[in-house]
Amino acid sequence: MSRRRPTRIREGDDMTDIGDGTDADDWTQTKTMEKPADQLQLSEQDLKEEFTRILTANNPHAPQNIVRYSFKEKQYKQTSSVDQLAIHFSLDGNMLHRDSDEAKRQKGKLGLPEAASEPAISESGEGAAEEAEGEKQETTEERADDAATPAPTEKRKLTNQFNYSERASQTYNNPYRERGTATEPPPRATYSGNVTQWEIFDAYSEDFEKQEKSKEKKVVPGRKEEDKSRKKLTITETQSDDISRVSVASKIVERMVNQNTYDDVAQDFRYWEDVSDDYREQEGTLLPLWRFAHDKAKKLAVTSICWNPKYNDLFAASFGSYDFMKQGTGLILFHSLKNPSYPELVYETDSGVMCLDVHPEHPYQIAAGFYDGSVAVFNAVEKKDGPLHRCTAKNGKHTDPVWQVRWQKDDSDNNMNFFSISSDGRIVHWTIVKNEMIYQDVIKLVIPDVSAEGPDGIKVPTLGCGTAFDFHKQKDYLFLVGSEEGKVHVCSKAYTSHFIDSIDAHNMAVYKVAWNYYHSKLFITCSADWNVKIWEMSNKIDNKDNSETSTRKALFSFDLNNSVGDVAWAPYSSTVFAAVTADGKVYVYDLNVNKYEPICEQMVAQKKKTKLTHIEFNPIHPIIIVGDDRGNVTSLKLSPNLRKVPKEKKGQPPMDAAARQQFELNKLEKILSMVRESTEANAS
Amino acid sequence: MSEVEETLKRIQSHRGVQGIIVVNCEGIPIRTTLDNSSTVQYAGLIHQLAQKARSTVRDLDPQNDLTFLRIRSKKHEIMCAPEKDYLLICVQNPEN
Repeated sequence: MSRRRPTRIREGDDMTDIGDGTDADDWTQTKTMEKPADQLQLSEQDLKEEFTRILTANNPHAPQNIVRYSFKEKQYKQTSSVDQLAIHFSLDGNMLHRDSDEAKRQKGKLGLPEAASEPAISESGEGAAEEAEGEKQETTEERADDAATPAPTEKRKLTNQFNYSERASQTYNNPYRERGTATEPPPRATYSGNVTQWEIFDAYSEDFEKQEKSKEKKVVPGRKEEDKSRKKLTITETQSDDISRVSVASKIVERMVNQNTYDDVAQDFRYWEDVSDDYREQEGTLLPLWRFAHDKAKKLAVTSICWNPKYNDLFAASFGSYDFMKQGTGLILFHSLKNPSYPELVYETDSGVMCLDVHPEHPYQIAAGFYDGSVAVFNAVEKKDGPLHRCTAKNGKHTDPVWQVRWQKDDSDNNMNFFSISSDGRIVHWTIVKNEMIYQDVIKLVIPDVSAEGPDGIKVPTLGCGTAFDFHKQKDYLFLVGSEEGKVHVCSKAYTSHFIDSIDAHNMAVYKVAWNYYHSKLFITCSADWNVKIWEMSNKIDNKDNSETSTRKALFSFDLNNSVGDVAWAPYSSTVFAAVTADGKVYVYDLNVNKYEPICEQMVAQKKKTKLTHIEFNPIHPIIIVGDDRGNVTSLKLSPNLRKVPKEKKGQPPMDAAARQQFELNKLEKILSMVRESTEANAS
Repeated sequence: MSEVEETLKRIQSHRGVQGIIVVNCEGIPIRTTLDNSSTVQYAGLIHQLAQKARSTVRDLDPQNDLTFLRIRSKKHEIMCAPEKDYLLICVQNPEN
């Protein structure tokens, strides 16, 4: 049996490399007899010699002299019977024989079925089975041999507990095997990157946008396809035109390139103050800064200029011609001080642009009036070459050149609206309603008592020619109108038929009327008759006595020795104003300093015979821009003497707007009271 | 001609401007008025510098961004204006 085993194992798993499998029986110790060293060496004869020994049941160690007290005989007596039992070894066990009553009882108590003892039983059964198979470990085999030799009865013969020897053996240990296979390693790539705080921020904001978008999509599922097609369009657009991605960058660089070349001018604009002002008593100077010119505007005259109310470096200029014989195209340009070499925006028009105005609250809306009598609205934000709205002969177009347009506050329906004045004597109110411009005649400049006779003898009222107007800074309804006949009318939006006041201000056309920024009744006019005049509106609102009005005298009158194209109040002082004349000069007056002479008179035009047409103060910076009839706009810096503002006393907080306003008003009022007295004295 | 093209043309013709390079997001010049070798050099180096500058600005405040970077050197000025991963480089000699 033991011979077969190794072969069987080999057959069983031939894959295993057994190594020293052949010595699988090595553990069984071969039996060798060992003799004690002091054993007697006996001869053959001695060995054969018989020794007779009789086994008795007497215990040699048993005591033979046990004495016990006998109560019967009342004396000690030797006991004859001695217990011959000798106990060599005793052990109390806790095991029970399974067939004993006690075991049965315990089984019954635990509720174990008889079958629970199966393994024990099968052990004996196995013995029989195993013999045939011969596949059992040696210990069991041995027992099986004991069990198998007697008749294989159901009841197992009790093993002799004394003859029982325990023998330990080890089962065959399978040698350890190790086997490894290597799969193909997955493809690897090394990747490294830095994460910065802003990248995380971008990722989050992108994710946030996505979430917002998905939310929107859920709300309107119907518009999905539309979006897709639009997306495709934008993608193709951006891909095709790579260079357009740097549109903003190119603008910045253009400005910076200009800043480098005009660095000295930029420095002057910010920091240069004429030191010589300290040595002169009152006079100041104008320092020419940038000159804005454009090729297309070379042969056109600057017809109006307007600072952008939001961006203090940006202004709009309109170009046309004042010459009746040389009418042509017009131009609107947007120039920035940051880029003097090229305009920010160019609009070309078919007719000369005679005036424009930038909306004070929506600085991208520009109203313009044309030589052909039409008015138009441009939008600087929308990329469009032409105007947003333009009136035609059908809807309210003027029949003569439009000389001034001016935006008004949005009406009660939040519609944008503006006024226009033209030589045809009409003042028209335009309202932009959705995509339409609705017009309304506000007033007609009827000249009373003069009427031309029509062909059939019908009297046709003669209309005056409006050339300029200005709206009151506080009272929305009040406005001034200057006319070609030299009259100035004080009008109200409420009355369409008559004027509140009428003044024979000039002998020739009035070019500009302007309310003072600080004083609510003071206004200035300039005219082709070489004069600039300052007026005060009379207290009598409804003055019907024309004789009195016509003889009214101006508070101030200045003769500039040439046609005065434009006059403007300074925004920083109530007493400062500037005027431009046709001989190319700029005059700056400060009534507080000198009531009769200009504090600055300077030739600004580059060439002789260049007429200056318009002037405008920058609302913040100490500069003015001047337009001429050759398409140039020149910016000039006012020297410190020309922009005197109240000195701030040390230790006192700077004046707030209201205090400043009051200060300027007081300053002007002081001068006016002096003038009023003198004129009254003269009159009496 | 698009508005941007016109602007670039104006910059190129401006006084003292030596060249303009438009670099895309990968640092590859897509438009240049300089010669080949200096274009490659400018594009590669300035692009790195501009990215580093932008990273610095954005790391200080993620909501902030770089809009313009000018390098004034002894010989000329290099102006870089990044926009949407693109970079416009302009080299000008302001003394000219």
